[in-house]
Amino acid sequence: MNTSTQISKAKINRRLLKDKLFTYAIIFLAFLSSVPLFLILFELIKKGYRQINISFFYKVAPDTMEAMVAVKNNEIIPGGIANGIVGTLIIVGMASLIAIPLGIICGMYLAENSKGKFAGVVRFIVDMLQGVPSIVLGVIGYIWVVKPITGGFSGLAGSVALSIMMLPSIVRSTEETLKMIPDTLKEAALSLGVPYHKTMLRVILPSGISGILTGVILGISRIAGETAPLMLTALGSAAISTDITKPSSAIPLLVWEFYNDPNLVNMIWSASLFLLILILILNLSAKAIAKKWKVQY
Amino acid sequence: MNSEKIFRYLLIGSGVLIVFIALGIIATLFVGAIPSFKEFGFGFIYSSDWNPTQGRESYGALPFIIGTLVTSILALLITFPFAFSISLFLGEYFKNGKLPSFLRSVIDLLAGIPSVVYGLWGFYALRPIITDLGLNAQGFGIFTSSIVLAIMIIPYASSLGSEVISMVPGSLKEAAYSLGATRFEVVKTVIIPNAGSGIFAGYILALGRAIGETMAVTMLIGNSNRIPTGIFDLGNTMASLIANQFGEAEGLKYTSLVEIGLLLFIITGVVNYIGKLIMKKLSA
Amino acid sequence: MESTVLEKELEVKAQPYKVNKMMQNPIEKIESPILNIDKLSVSYGGDKYSINDVSAGIAKNKITAIMGPSGCGKSTLLRAINRMHELYPDTHNKGSVYLGEEDIYKMNPILLRRKIGMVFQRPNPFPTMSIYDNVIAGYLLNGIKLKRKEKDAIVEKSLREVGLWSEVKDALHNKGTFLSGGQQQRLCIARALAYTPEIILLDEPTSALDPIATAKIEDLLVKLKKDFTIVLVTHNMSQAARISDYSMFMYLGELVEYGKTKQMFTMPKDKRTEEYLTGKFG
Repeated sequence: MNTSTQISKAKINRRLLKDKLFTYAIIFLAFLSSVPLFLILFELIKKGYRQINISFFYKVAPDTMEAMVAVKNNEIIPGGIANGIVGTLIIVGMASLIAIPLGIICGMYLAENSKGKFAGVVRFIVDMLQGVPSIVLGVIGYIWVVKPITGGFSGLAGSVALSIMMLPSIVRSTEETLKMIPDTLKEAALSLGVPYHKTMLRVILPSGISGILTGVILGISRIAGETAPLMLTALGSAAISTDITKPSSAIPLLVWEFYNDPNLVNMIWSASLFLLILILILNLSAKAIAKKWKVQY
Repeated sequence: MNSEKIFRYLLIGSGVLIVFIALGIIATLFVGAIPSFKEFGFGFIYSSDWNPTQGRESYGALPFIIGTLVTSILALLITFPFAFSISLFLGEYFKNGKLPSFLRSVIDLLAGIPSVVYGLWGFYALRPIITDLGLNAQGFGIFTSSIVLAIMIIPYASSLGSEVISMVPGSLKEAAYSLGATRFEVVKTVIIPNAGSGIFAGYILALGRAIGETMAVTMLIGNSNRIPTGIFDLGNTMASLIANQFGEAEGLKYTSLVEIGLLLFIITGVVNYIGKLIMKKLSA
Repeated sequence: MESTVLEKELEVKAQPYKVNKMMQNPIEKIESPILNIDKLSVSYGGDKYSINDVSAGIAKNKITAIMGPSGCGKSTLLRAINRMHELYPDTHNKGSVYLGEEDIYKMNPILLRRKIGMVFQRPNPFPTMSIYDNVIAGYLLNGIKLKRKEKDAIVEKSLREVGLWSEVKDALHNKGTFLSGGQQQRLCIARALAYTPEIILLDEPTSALDPIATAKIEDLLVKLKKDFTIVLVTHNMSQAARISDYSMFMYLGELVEYGKTKQMFTMPKDKRTEEYLTGKFG
């Protein structure tokens, strides 16, 4: 009796020690994972802040010669990323124009037909699209638009590729949001003799607005930083281009160009920092909207 | 009445359109790959020759398939202890409070950083360390890419895990505690058996992400067209091969790249499908 | 032990009514009804009917309560009256319902629902709309243009009718979802009234409310029957006894008994009605 309790005491202590070590390991590893984020942020801010001034926003990217001279004289490289900003706005804007209406309508379809056979097929397809690598969508944008429609690299081709990329998250967030809205709301509208389409568009959709908008903004933030598909479609442009049938620049494309040109290396960090801040703002506003516009029912 | 009908057609039409987009993607890749398939047949998959020299053109996907799989599986292995710790931290140990919400924001932000920025960081910050350690002369290669990929997929690998862990019924855990189990033992005997397949599904989906990732890998892997001989060797993945060579490609090279794209599409599709299948079994 | 004694007692009591049933039809005929349910059967798919061959007239400017245990088809019957059951994809029905001379299943549902309004179990004000807009939602959502003055008048009149005016008149442009449950439910009744229906259907309107809010709604319904015909599904027998003029008792999809409430509660004609009213099942 006595010995057995003594043995178990030692055992208990071992077990408790193990438990403690495991807990510390979990905490340590979890927080170690957040270190890269701060390293990246630190690197971007340290190296990038100097280049961000007013002309950064309205001047186009400098050419190699200008940059070389500036670096030689130990000056800040002149010029900015205006061509990238305009390009990103147009390409992402066009992609949103294609994907948002289609995504919301399809999400509504899926929410309204939770058990239908065809809806099941659509749901499966949307899941599949979500997993398609962005570079493959670049190839698709090239084959669908660059070759037959615009006859050359174009912003439009980039928009098509990115629109397919953002579509799944809009569809799924719309579906999930609308499914959460109680059926009684639909009944209330229909019992007032409101036709089905008006019920959906004017009662159900506005009630789900926060969830849908959050999905849309997250979709936009997901494509705003995409580089790979744009390399195969929009290609890049040294000047500000507003013609969607012509090659166009974009901020991530500029980062890639700066990276490949040793003279422009200093510009990489500011452009990346700007891109990251842009995406950060999009993510934060998605969170704020989810909280603030949440409809209470 | 009429606009009601139009609306219903619009709803179904959107579904039909999405199905057509997906079928269109598959058909486009297949059609684009036909010339390459006619030339090389199934040998394309296991040939390791990538030779664009005019007159002796020959293309095979093996180095890139191997490069892709090695890079992403290695990334998953590296990410595992971190993602698992985060899942447990957020799903079991500290569900509410300031620290976990801080960690959640960090993970959200990690997911938001563009691939090209990860690539830059890997190039300028990580590569010198790899060189200093003497793992690779220039610091490029599969290992470097895998580390960056591992960081990139942490959010995807951990989020599903923390969700399923937090859904393990409290009554089960209480039963184990009431028998005198420590928290570690509860994790081992209750949480992992109950949430294991969900955690695993999360890793599979993260693997799918890693396989398709392009920019960061392109900037770090060294872009060699040989089969890599080890994890510190240079290599190339399917996605970064397309990114690097698609622009100026024509003729046989172009269609071979499209076939690589098709293979990449199929591999990610299968991986994601397996992940979704596990998830579905879980919810059923 | 106790229960068996009670059962025996009931059996004894039940004897005379069995005789009654032989002599009297348990379904009372209503003179010049506003609504005539004619051999109505409703199925949610397949051959199984949730309500079976129900015939009854609904008296004008009266409160008719529909009672019965869960799953007896009372909600289905109510919903079939303004065709809300058609929301489920595979419904089909036999028989019909006449509003005056018109077969409601041949009417445009949009027009039908203008004439027959509905209030639901849980208060469901439109969450994106203000109290004001909620009241005139029937007009707003159907694209009926009203002048500002007309709108104001309808809102005030409807809110006064449900006794909500004094409580919310300073907060008309706040969201309706910030009201208490009882206020929300009265707002929903106001929303139905504002669209000037002839009949108002209420599906267990107080089941989600506390006793005080319930009492307010009950008083309101009694007051409203002067202008509207009210059909009420209720789970609560004493509620039916308190406020209804006529009562229906349904069991397993069948209309078992229908008649004046007072008579049904004091002298039920069917044994099943009696068993329900005495709490033997339900």
